Amino acid sequence: MVLSELWFLLIAVLFVGFMFLEGFDFGVGMGSKFLAKNDAERQMLNNAIGPTWAGNEVWLITAGGAMFAAFPHWYATLFSGYYLPFLVLVIALMGRGVSLEVRSRIENEAWRKSWDWAMFMGSLLPPFLFGVLFSSLIKGLPIDAEMNMFAGFLDIVNVYTVVGGILFVALSYLHGLTFLSLKTEGEIRQRARSQAQKIYALTGLLLVVFTALTVVYTDAFAEKGMFLIPMYIVAGIVYIALLPLLRKGKEGLSFTMTGLVFIIVTASFFIALFPNVMISSLGEAHNMTVYEAASGAYSLKLMTIVAATMLPIILGYTIWSYYVFRKRVSTKGTEGY
Amino acid sequence: MDALLLARIQFASTTLFHFIFVPLSIGLALLIAIMQTLYVYKKKEIYWKMTKFWMTFFLINFAIGAVTGIFQEFQFGMNWSTYSRFVGDIFGAPLAFEALLAFFLEATFIGVWMFGREKLPKKVHLASIWLVSIGTMLSAFWIMAANSFMHNPVGFVLENGRAEMNDFLAVLMNEKLWVAFPHTVFGSWATGAFFVIGVSAWYLVRKKNVDLFKPSMNIALIVGLVSGLGIAFTGHAQAEYLMHAQPMKMAAAEGLWEDSGDPAAWTLVANIDVENKTSTSRIDIPYVLSYLAYGKFEGKVEGMNTLQEKYVLKYGDGNYVPPVKTTFWSFRIMAGTGGVLVLLSAFGLFLSFRNKLMGSKKYLKFMVPAILLPFIGNSFGWIMSEIGRQPWVVNGLMKTADAVSPNVSATKVLTSLISFSVVYVILGAVMVYLFVRVIKQGPDEKVKEDIQATDPFEIGDVQHGVK
Repeated sequence: MVLSELWFLLIAVLFVGFMFLEGFDFGVGMGSKFLAKNDAERQMLNNAIGPTWAGNEVWLITAGGAMFAAFPHWYATLFSGYYLPFLVLVIALMGRGVSLEVRSRIENEAWRKSWDWAMFMGSLLPPFLFGVLFSSLIKGLPIDAEMNMFAGFLDIVNVYTVVGGILFVALSYLHGLTFLSLKTEGEIRQRARSQAQKIYALTGLLLVVFTALTVVYTDAFAEKGMFLIPMYIVAGIVYIALLPLLRKGKEGLSFTMTGLVFIIVTASFFIALFPNVMISSLGEAHNMTVYEAASGAYSLKLMTIVAATMLPIILGYTIWSYYVFRKRVSTKGTEGY
Repeated sequence: MDALLLARIQFASTTLFHFIFVPLSIGLALLIAIMQTLYVYKKKEIYWKMTKFWMTFFLINFAIGAVTGIFQEFQFGMNWSTYSRFVGDIFGAPLAFEALLAFFLEATFIGVWMFGREKLPKKVHLASIWLVSIGTMLSAFWIMAANSFMHNPVGFVLENGRAEMNDFLAVLMNEKLWVAFPHTVFGSWATGAFFVIGVSAWYLVRKKNVDLFKPSMNIALIVGLVSGLGIAFTGHAQAEYLMHAQPMKMAAAEGLWEDSGDPAAWTLVANIDVENKTSTSRIDIPYVLSYLAYGKFEGKVEGMNTLQEKYVLKYGDGNYVPPVKTTFWSFRIMAGTGGVLVLLSAFGLFLSFRNKLMGSKKYLKFMVPAILLPFIGNSFGWIMSEIGRQPWVVNGLMKTADAVSPNVSATKVLTSLISFSVVYVILGAVMVYLFVRVIKQGPDEKVKEDIQATDPFEIGDVQHGVK
């Protein structure tokens, strides 16, 4: 494996890790509107992700930085091409981050309601935008010979990508619910479980529809079927196994299953892309490959050394922090926002 | 307005805004880590109360600094894609390292600190704030490593139409990095120190919580003086660096059109006439520019006209003179505030040693608005540094005008500029509002009775903020 391929894999891992970890954070954030019934519960939701959400968000920041460093052309084409979606994404993430920190500092209904909206929108929009982004990436975008993307509204927002976006929202919410049933105690734990069962069928349907649309709108299955078909079969089995686990109240396993589905779905986009980083709708000649987009060998080698050194350390203290905060949270917690 | 101008306005405004929060985070993290260390080793509750009180500011500030930082990473690609393609190989690496070495550390351990007090041994909890503090400085190091490349590109070779890294050690040893990084960190410590000094002074004037704010102020005065002196020394080192690496910036900062005499005099103030390329009504101080530039009282300094001619020969036709007035005046504002910082913190320490701090109401009152001084110094320092780099985005390699995204229209940049301006105004207002509130509330525990009365869902043991 050459280093540019390794870095493509690493960036894929970062995005997959981001969707897995922030997926449940986003789901919990959506819960502030759909699940929590009162102020104390909303605060409890924030406390459930409080110690760890910021570290989870850094997966995205690292993916962005790694893209810039390892694939300057990919970073440049993607970020300038998806101008307005990224604008909305950044503002949504800003609202969420600040909301978590400041919401509970003031006992004022209007203040808290406003920040609850920021939390909700900041948790709803990012997974939607990532769903749109990933699905439009494999569908193809107008990229010219100079590697510049001139995407119109319909290039980015269309039936296929919107279904992809909604799927990501649904998966995030389901993942957030299984996380909450694992992470909270009291009434909300039961409510999260029963709500997960309620949206189970709808999310499953979205998964099926999206898979079907992927066959229609992209070359993913035609070209990478040998990888994608087994993956989607596994995802299907995992998803079917989820329902009895939810019903029996196997919280740890349920969370594992929603996580697995999210991991497989996110990973499938990168498998569909490879060896391209961008697929051009203006003709295959304009596709941007991993090799064309990559930095030089020296830079990639250096970054490989640094990443190989740092990732075990980062994973180590991340896991340690989850271990420290392994206990369930309740409305009677003594430490929190 | 064209996309280029709008993108420049956006970069300048969002970066300056981001850099309100960054230095305060770096400075406060250090001060709080010192306070908590005193608590753990001296075992006095007052130090814990102190740590908690200052931490509230840190957390609010850190949150806004972190979220505004997301856009900093994104906007290179969004507005400056040509630049990103050209430098990603060498400029992107430090940004990736920043995420790997600093962001994960800060984000994880601030969470550990906030939620972990009852779950962790005291020393582990203390270690987490030190890791946050180290993380903020590591972050500064890597972003300064990237920024230094724009001023003094080293460790690269031009290949495949871009700057590719071929010597990482050279990137790490970049002379600009080793003058600018300590300068920025000292400036940040001073920002934190003057914040603590100013807020403490506000309480000391009112004789409230003296037991907490007097020691807070003493710690901050020491950090403030050390930082002030550090700023001065590293600032001088920057000038010497500029002389050989970016002489045009130095000449612009001096409003020096023609070559100076030998020894060179330093211009305190002048009326800069860009059209006629002269500086009139100058107040000159002999020998000082030679000292600034070379560390000795001799040596002449080249003027902008000479440098412009040289650069035309080297780089082809074009205007290589940066906006002179901005560079000239921002340099003076920066250096001036730096000097005042040293005097104010030295005077404060003097008062404190003679036990006269509480009686010096004028000094204490003055130190409240003096909170703003480091912010002014920081901002104008960056303005001088980055405006003085123009017309280059990467000195000698790529011009700012050639760096923008070709596929992003002015309308899009304007939309983004307006959106972020609105959001940032809100964030700024939230920060000021919360800070004022925290200051008015004070470090004493809140009384809970009225809370229960107003909100049926609030029960006494639900905590707000960091307890």
